[in-house]
Amino acid sequence: MEKKNRILRRILFVFLSVLSVAWVYPVFMVLINSFKGNRYITTNGVFNLPTKETSVGIENYIDALASKGFASAFAYSVIITVSSCALILICCSMCAWYITRVESKISKACYFLFVFSMVVPFQMLMFTLSSTADRLKLSNPFNICVIYLGFGAGLAVFMFCGFMKSIPLEVEEAAMIDGCNPLQTFFMIDLPILKPTLISVGILETMWLWNDYLLPYLVLDRKKYSTIPILIQYFRGSYGHVEMGPMMACIMMTVLPIIILYLVLQKYIIKGVIAGAVKG
Amino acid sequence: MEKAVRKYWPIFLLPTVAAFCVGFIYPFTQGLYLSFCKFMTVKKATFNGLDNYAHVIMDTEFWNSFWFTALFTIVSTVLINVLAFMLALALTSKLKGSNVFRTIFFMPNLIGGIVLGYIWQILLNCVLSLLEKPLLALDATYGFWGLIILMCWQQIGYMMIIYIAGLQSIPEDYLEAAKIDGATNMQVLFKIKIPNVMPSITICSFLTITNGFKLFDQNLALTGGEPAHASEMMALNIYETFYGRTGPQWKGYGQAKAVIFCIMVICISMIQLTVTRSKEVQQ
Repeated sequence: MEKKNRILRRILFVFLSVLSVAWVYPVFMVLINSFKGNRYITTNGVFNLPTKETSVGIENYIDALASKGFASAFAYSVIITVSSCALILICCSMCAWYITRVESKISKACYFLFVFSMVVPFQMLMFTLSSTADRLKLSNPFNICVIYLGFGAGLAVFMFCGFMKSIPLEVEEAAMIDGCNPLQTFFMIDLPILKPTLISVGILETMWLWNDYLLPYLVLDRKKYSTIPILIQYFRGSYGHVEMGPMMACIMMTVLPIIILYLVLQKYIIKGVIAGAVKG
Repeated sequence: MEKAVRKYWPIFLLPTVAAFCVGFIYPFTQGLYLSFCKFMTVKKATFNGLDNYAHVIMDTEFWNSFWFTALFTIVSTVLINVLAFMLALALTSKLKGSNVFRTIFFMPNLIGGIVLGYIWQILLNCVLSLLEKPLLALDATYGFWGLIILMCWQQIGYMMIIYIAGLQSIPEDYLEAAKIDGATNMQVLFKIKIPNVMPSITICSFLTITNGFKLFDQNLALTGGEPAHASEMMALNIYETFYGRTGPQWKGYGQAKAVIFCIMVICISMIQLTVTRSKEVQQ
């Protein structure tokens, strides 16, 4: 029995190892091809490792960085993600605090609408949202965070509300009696307690914001600004000659920061996912 | 205390609610209204009653995309959940290197739909060209299975994490008690583990169903709806109706489709939640 168990375990281990190699392979494929010269990236040669003959070193990366607006798209992506995420975290946690602490019809109505907004697909509002953004001059990377705050508020408020209920009221009351006003109470008492939740929500929102394609594509002024997903889709969609080498380098440079960030923050990311699921 | 907080509503409530009105409430109601209109831009809309809906109901392409989406959602939901649960079971059985496996399986979630679609398009095209079959052949079969593989690859890790959390929250006593009573591994699995992870199953199936139904990025990047709209899912169909054609009537049709799509998504999520919630047990 014991021996049979051990053999089973070994088989399982081998199977899982093979599976994880398959899991990593697509990214690995992009990596090896990003070092090849353009004309060597063909349908037959994709699986081969770069050799002395086909390799061009880091030339593709230099090409990609130098041209085609990769740098600016990367910068815009960072600006949008950071500003929107910060805005969502601050505003939504404050809003959720108000909703859970003040019992009125308005807070109940707000809560219901926020939850409702999580289910509604983006296609329902894409046309009207982009025209609204145009009219309010929100169609640039610096103001688009307002749109994101509105559209992304649902999940954030919902999650914050879930955690807010677990903070004991007594702590806040004590602070108030000691002469804190609500603002001080919130920022000095509640926010520190909420720190793990802030990280969880922040990670979930960042994953969404960084990869979002359709909202920025429709809302942003397309001639002036693009983000990384828009840039990649644009290359792919432009029929005719696509420079595969720099393209692969572009993808690699998009994927790599996320993977590094993931490996560093793994513990928090997985916690964030679980927290999101439990409250969802 | 409540009174003191109440006075601070302009600071606490207003920013989010104002942005919410701009980003959700206003576009939503306007979209609802425009679905009864013929329009090119938001300002120039003429009311035409139920014409848009009548046209959409007759639109075979829309219903094709509906069936494609429905089939895709069913297959992907079943596959992702079963495989993710099996992986979670394997990784909670005190195996060597569980953490490494977990890290690897979760990774694809962090890469966005467009990039994923592009990577897989290259990969699948190459595999299929070695087999001498192009991805976008005359029917959508390869496109369909390509999307399924892509979604499995992306989402299994995420669902696995949720299942692992669910499995780890089962009290050890239950499992020990079952062992002492002489339960086999299969009995432990079906009588103890599965009933106790029902909350996780509710969430995972909810997420996979809504993700499958709303799928857009991956669809656009992998197949783009080719060949001849055969692998087009509903979200992409709506997008194409809006932006892929010229003429004032199309925007109205697109908005009407979007309303129907929205109602479908809401109904499906409601039904799914009530069905699986009723199967949950209290710990």
